[in-house]
Amino acid sequence: MIHAATVHSLWTTAAAAPDKIPSPDIEYGQLLPTLIVLGAAIVGVLIEAFLPRRQRYVAQLFVSVVALAAAFAAVIGLAASDYGTSKAHVAAMGAIAVDGPALFLQGTILLVALVAVFTFAERRLDPVVHGNRVDSFAAQAAAVPGGEAEKAAVKAGFTTTEVFPLVLFAVGGMLVFPSANDLLTLFVALEVFSLPLYILCALARRHRAMSQEAAVKYFLLGAFSSAFLLFGIALLYGYAGTVAYSGIADVVDGQVRNVTPALAGTMGNDALLLIGGAMVLMGLLFKIGAVPFHMWTPDVYQGAPTPVTGFMAAATKVAAFGALLRLLYVVLPGLRWDWRPVMWGVAIVTMLGGAIVAVTQTDVKRLLAYSSIAHAGFILAGVIATTPDGISSVLFYLAAYSFVTLGAFAVVTLVRDAGGEATHLSKWAGLGRRSPLVAAVFAVFLLAFAGIPLTSGFAGKFAVFKAAADGGAGALVVIGVISSAVAAFFYIRVIVLMFFSEPRTDGPSVAVPSPLTSSAIAIGVAVTLVLGVAPQYFLDLASQAGVFVR
Amino acid sequence: MNPVNYLYLAALLFTIGAAGVVIRRNAIVLFMCVELMLNACNLAFVTFSRLHGNLDGQIIAFFTMVVAAAEVVVGLAIIVTIFRSRHSASVDDASLMKL
Repeated sequence: MIHAATVHSLWTTAAAAPDKIPSPDIEYGQLLPTLIVLGAAIVGVLIEAFLPRRQRYVAQLFVSVVALAAAFAAVIGLAASDYGTSKAHVAAMGAIAVDGPALFLQGTILLVALVAVFTFAERRLDPVVHGNRVDSFAAQAAAVPGGEAEKAAVKAGFTTTEVFPLVLFAVGGMLVFPSANDLLTLFVALEVFSLPLYILCALARRHRAMSQEAAVKYFLLGAFSSAFLLFGIALLYGYAGTVAYSGIADVVDGQVRNVTPALAGTMGNDALLLIGGAMVLMGLLFKIGAVPFHMWTPDVYQGAPTPVTGFMAAATKVAAFGALLRLLYVVLPGLRWDWRPVMWGVAIVTMLGGAIVAVTQTDVKRLLAYSSIAHAGFILAGVIATTPDGISSVLFYLAAYSFVTLGAFAVVTLVRDAGGEATHLSKWAGLGRRSPLVAAVFAVFLLAFAGIPLTSGFAGKFAVFKAAADGGAGALVVIGVISSAVAAFFYIRVIVLMFFSEPRTDGPSVAVPSPLTSSAIAIGVAVTLVLGVAPQYFLDLASQAGVFVR
Repeated sequence: MNPVNYLYLAALLFTIGAAGVVIRRNAIVLFMCVELMLNACNLAFVTFSRLHGNLDGQIIAFFTMVVAAAEVVVGLAIIVTIFRSRHSASVDDASLMKL
């Protein structure tokens, strides 16, 4: 019973009936991949807390691998029961979309993470220290580099097995990121996968000062960019009165008729929409490493432990492009005449900038970092297409690219000298004569990066450029092909350096890896060749998956 | 008072924070500027919530606070580690990887 006299302002109202709040209805079965991974991450934290130090490594590795495989099986199960196509819908009270692109990207991220965990667990590359086999991670991250505490930790055989739960937490966030269906979920997922990555960057065993520096840079710039993303979300919320993707899209399309007087001042205010949309895009483009926001990429890729770099380069890109696709195709399709020119510009400077700066690099990790920037530009060309082909080509490209990247960084961990990994390019001279197999494998990855036919890189590039051309971005394709040619120059230069120059007498040696890294590299080569020689099945899979639910 | 003024305040705080990140040199101060930006976002969320008459914005403000707290934990850990190994928190000193 409401008396008008008692309601004397907007913020006071008569007590409403208490049964107004509906209990949330969560479809746990459809969120299973994410739940398995996050649950395993928590188990990993408990293992750190309760198991003796000697047993942690095996237990963590077992839990991580089983969880990632089980989550992948859950994704396949969901896809097999048509959640990717006919039963695609929005789950968890509108927070999570279960649809084709989400399942495809989740599957890709889980496979990438599984292979990356193999490289994290590698313990045969570094020489034995005090009788203990060691991995790429610091004995004790809190100890000052070169200090007494660090020496004691190394002598005692400590290892940072926390990397496994950290990876699982990051993967959990990455699974949610491309399937987030409201802006709040998007922001929380972004932080859930970023925060573990910041820590992982700081954990290198060798070159610890550089590793810590990379972590500080990544953290400060990452936090800066996520603040921009959050303010953009605030403005979009102000614009639409909701953070749900479909709700914002309705307001953008002008389908909301009954605007309440209280909203008239803000709802439908184009300034809020444009500024908010631009700031959210900035946050996502930062994670992708597109050119005006790419400054962190080379430093972080170089400083972070190489297995982490590989994981980050592959999985972050997949997750962030998924979120970007969903934002542009579900929330802002009504605004495409405004965002397409901007994205054109970003794609052009990203492709050209990444390819041209990469030519001058002398460190193999920095070279791969700039190459990843150029590849972000190629993928953006597919995003700009705004056609169903655009979505499926981007999905295919991401799957192809992530395995090439993982494999390439896994090879980088093998080439070592006394100071750890020998990443300077001059040390790679003549590698092909000393270890033909490793050099040949790396050459395969470089050719895939360059987009040579019969590798996955060619199939992916062909798909995105075709989609872009069909979507009316022909000029972009021309620039893309030009920058591919520039990029091919420096990939081929590394191949020439490896095979056609004299080995240095003080050159690095190639460590013999355990089956873990060997299988990671083998999977990378296999995916590269299979997607290159017979891409049709996977292209079909991507195009079946290429419809967003709204 | 017109609630829109709070939006101007939020934008102002956000700008001060962003300018601080660009201008200042100490990692801790940079980090505080980022926190200021997040708080500006919170103010904007709460104001829009009041304007729209729904509670979404206030709920989001709580989430933002939790995320900011988690970020403090990770950020301070990283900054303290680099301070202990270099005895400096200046971001200009961290330049091992400059070309």
